[in-house]
Amino acid sequence: MGRSDRGIEAEGLIRRFKDVDAVRGIDLRVAPGEIYGFLGPNGAGKSTTVHMLTTLLPPTAGRATVAGYDVARQGPQVRASIGAALQEAALDPFLTGREHLRLQASLHGIAGAERKRLIEALLDRVGLTQAGDRKVRTYSGGMKRRLDLALALIHDPSIIFLDEPTTGLDPQSRTALWAEVGRLAREEGVTIFLTTQYLEEADVLADRVGIIDHGLIVAEGTPAQLKAEIGKPTVEVVPESADELDRLRALLRRFGDETAARPGAFAVQLDGHGALPDVVRALDSESLRAAQINLHEPSLDDVFLAKTGRTLEGAEAD
Amino acid sequence: MAHQVWLIARRSVVRTFRQPGVWIPPLTFPLMLMAVNSNGLRAATHLPGFPTHSFLAFFMPFSFLQGALFATGIAGTDLARDIDTGFLNRLALTPVSGAALLLGQIGGAVGLGIAQTVVYLGVALAAGVHIDAGVGGALLIVVLAILIVIAWGNLGLWIALRTGSGEGVQSQFPLLFFVTFISSINLPRNLISVTWFRDIATINPVSYMIESLRSLVIVGWDGEALALGFLCIFGLMAVSLFLSVRQLKVRMTRT
Repeated sequence: MGRSDRGIEAEGLIRRFKDVDAVRGIDLRVAPGEIYGFLGPNGAGKSTTVHMLTTLLPPTAGRATVAGYDVARQGPQVRASIGAALQEAALDPFLTGREHLRLQASLHGIAGAERKRLIEALLDRVGLTQAGDRKVRTYSGGMKRRLDLALALIHDPSIIFLDEPTTGLDPQSRTALWAEVGRLAREEGVTIFLTTQYLEEADVLADRVGIIDHGLIVAEGTPAQLKAEIGKPTVEVVPESADELDRLRALLRRFGDETAARPGAFAVQLDGHGALPDVVRALDSESLRAAQINLHEPSLDDVFLAKTGRTLEGAEAD
Repeated sequence: MAHQVWLIARRSVVRTFRQPGVWIPPLTFPLMLMAVNSNGLRAATHLPGFPTHSFLAFFMPFSFLQGALFATGIAGTDLARDIDTGFLNRLALTPVSGAALLLGQIGGAVGLGIAQTVVYLGVALAAGVHIDAGVGGALLIVVLAILIVIAWGNLGLWIALRTGSGEGVQSQFPLLFFVTFISSINLPRNLISVTWFRDIATINPVSYMIESLRSLVIVGWDGEALALGFLCIFGLMAVSLFLSVRQLKVRMTRT
């Protein structure tokens, strides 16, 4: 499979709708074969950015290249290089899954035996071989999303845009889609630009995450980098005997500052004077028996909170 | 491009015929109206100067126009649904051209138009209507009916592209019916005694579309009626195509 050695680049990308600045100057760079998670609440500018990068919407200002082609001046070349599954599964309820794939393949100029082979391979890959001749209106949400993904892949694109691909899916369908997306990037070298409002999705799937709020990227990096940037892990220990809480307190204070904990437990935010194994060793050496030890890593929601002053959930309600 | 039009049109035809609720009313309602009017208004044939003794033969061509109006609604509603669901964006991400998209989108309406024409003609012939222009005239009726469907269908596409909603398309339907009825569908223009009605019917292109179809049924080969009919049909087609192409550029802003 011939993959582009160019990913996605954007500089000062802006999109205005009358009086509304939906995207206010986005700079980003996605390397070939990378999964880039674009995380933000509804209305943050995620879909507008995707529409610009997929050539469906001309930018008001700034520039972007996808697979090495300028999105404003080389639309047809960009479209030939990308696949996209946009926010809603854009399917015709009265066509079958196989008919969708046939139409999409034919419009991309794929015909004859090659088209038939591709359709069967893609149906198999997304687990829709049995349902291929059923009308889409009988599909579940997960099946529609899987067909959507197959349609995005029909012309063997080097870059795929997935706009909130798991919104509204049950956990099982979500996990299955994550597995397929991960496989595409790891095994086939497809570059994936994934927008999501689910922290877990970005955390699990993305090599790097860009957090967008009010049309601007407010943070960018690997999930681990972003979390490390804003805070350190917290260790919470519940002693086996409540009488030992004072001894536990004294011991844990050696590793960091006290932080909020459940009743009957004591917690510190690790300040770099040791990690969880050191805490366990110290407990052992002082013969302090713990009923429970919990390590809380900072989440991407903590990152969002630190960068925007709101939680992602709170931003949804804005 | 022809291949792209064919692909989009095939999908449009398949989709239309998989929805009985979409194609049954356009096939049956005009027939019902034809049956009711040809009986209820047949006394009109006794008016001095009425061009035929069969009101069914006189009224039957209106069915084709009524069918075209339904086609307008179908083409428009289907496109509006594609906009709403994002299917138009899916198509926009393929190499399909805008012109192929528009022409293909009315494929379902044209398919239905052909089916309607054959059914209406068959029922009329079975009911005793004689086509004065013969077999060639009957074939020309089919051609005219298809052209009318394309002309009106593009109007439906324009409304869909402008409003982006099925409701928007449906809301325009009564207006189109109103325009259709202020024409010579029920009486020849020279027998309409109310001046303002006759004047509007005279400037209404719908009258000339009807009269071209009607001439083939009750007169034979009437060059003037056919020329005026074609002129109005192509005029409407040019306007509706221009409007829909322009609106497509607003709606589909791909680079």
